[in-house]
Amino acid sequence: MGLIATIEHVIKKPIWDCQMCGQCVLHDTGMTCPMTCPKTLRNGPCGGVREDGNCEVKPEMRCVWVKAEDRSRNLPLMPADWREHFNNLRPPVDNRLKGDSSWKNAISGRDKETPPGWTPETEAPAAEVEA
Amino acid sequence: MSRLGELLDRGNELIITGEAPVIDGGTLADYEAKLAELAPWCDAMNATDNTSAHAHASNVAMAIAMQRVGVEPILQVVCRDKNRIAQQADIMGAALHGVENICCLTGDDVTAGDEPEARRVFDLDGPQLIRLANSLKEGRYLSGRKIDPAPSLVIGAVENPATHPLDYRAQRAAKKILAGARFLQLQICYHPDRLEAFVAALHANGFSKRCAILPSIVAVKGAGPLKFMHSSVPGIDVPAAVISRVADAADSAEEAYQLVLEQCQHALSLPGVRGLHLTDFRKDSSMGRLCADLGIRPRSERESRANDFALAN
Ligand code: SF4
Repeated sequence: MGLIATIEHVIKKPIWDCQMCGQCVLHDTGMTCPMTCPKTLRNGPCGGVREDGNCEVKPEMRCVWVKAEDRSRNLPLMPADWREHFNNLRPPVDNRLKGDSSWKNAISGRDKETPPGWTPETEAPAAEVEA
Repeated sequence: MSRLGELLDRGNELIITGEAPVIDGGTLADYEAKLAELAPWCDAMNATDNTSAHAHASNVAMAIAMQRVGVEPILQVVCRDKNRIAQQADIMGAALHGVENICCLTGDDVTAGDEPEARRVFDLDGPQLIRLANSLKEGRYLSGRKIDPAPSLVIGAVENPATHPLDYRAQRAAKKILAGARFLQLQICYHPDRLEAFVAALHANGFSKRCAILPSIVAVKGAGPLKFMHSSVPGIDVPAAVISRVADAADSAEEAYQLVLEQCQHALSLPGVRGLHLTDFRKDSSMGRLCADLGIRPRSERESRANDFALAN
C-alpha cells in the first residue's frame, strides 16, 4: 500500500470501516460503506433484510443498506446532491483497484472508468417514486 | 420471441409464471412428470439457480430440460455463485438453445444453504446484472466485445415488497425497471398492506405500465411451511396470526388453501398487478382448483383465445 493509501486507510477505517475498494462511493450512500455489506452490494439492500432491520448474513449486525438509506435522508450537513445520488445505478466494481487510494483515483478520474460495454441508464434515477 | 416477451409487448393480458421444481437426479421423463401439476397454467417457469443456496442441476441445464418437455423457461441468474464472466457465459449459452427469458437476482447468501462454508462471489449485484443482460441484448459483452447477432433477451428481476427499508423498496424496484427489467417477480408477502403500498407507489409513477408486476404466491398445505419460511427464509416475515389461522384450523390443508386463494385474489385486485408468480408446495393437484376459483384458464386456452382476438382485429 502506498503512502496516500495508508493515510486514507488510517482515517477511513475507524470511521467507516473502509474496505479500501479504491473507488469510493460513501458520499452517495449516506456515508455508509457498501463494501461492509457481506454481499458487497453497491445498489441497495438485498431482499433478505430481517424483520428487525438486521442483516440476512449477520443477524447481529444492522443491515448496511438500512443504515445507509436512513442516513442518506437524515444525516445533517450533507449536500443535497449527495442525497439525490443515493438511487444512482453504481457500475460494477473494478477489482484491480482494491487497496488503492480512492482519493488518488478520484483526482485522476480512474474511479469513474467503467467497462466499455457498460452503459449507464439513459433516464434519471427514480428518486421521485414516493412509497 | 418467447411467449412471455410477446405478452409483455401486448401489454394487457394476464401473465402467470411459476417456480419449476428443482432437479436432483432422475431422467427427463421424471422431470416432465414433476412439472405436470403447475406447467399447464404458466406462461413460463423459472429455471432456478441453486435456489436457497443449495446445489441442484444447473439453471442452464434445467432451462434446456424444460424446453425439451414443452415448458417455456425463465433462466434465473443469481450473483452468489459466479462472477460476471461466468454469468455472461450462462446467459449466452442458454440463448444458444433458444432461452430468451432471463430473471436477474442478487441471490440468497451462502449461509442460507447447506454448504455455508462455501465462498460467496457477488461480483455483481442484482441491478448491475440487469444492466449487464441489457448489454448482451444490445450486442456486446461487458468488455465491449461485439456479439453478432445479438441474443434476443427478455429481461426481468425480483424485488421483496415486504422487507426493510419498507419505504425504499418501490424505489429499488424502479431502479431495476430503469436498468431494463420488463417483469418483476415479487417475493412472497404475508403483509397485504405492504404489498399494496409497494404496488401503489409503482403504479402511481407509471412503472407498472413498462414492467409487469407479478406478486408471488406460495401454495402451502399446512402451517409447517409457513413456520419454515418465517424462521428460515431471509426476508420473509409471516405474522403469528397467519400461522395460527392455519395451524389451529380443524382442516389445516383447507384453511391453507383458503389463505392462498385470498392472497391471489387480493394481489390480482391491486391496480398495477399484471399477474402472479406461483409456487406449488402442496403437490396435491390444488393448482387446477386454485386457477378455476380465480377464473384463470390454462395457458393453451389463453394462447388460442388471444390468437383469435388478434385475428379478429
Ligand atoms: S441484509 Fe443488508 S447488509 Fe446484509 S447482505 Fe443484505 S443488503 Fe447486505
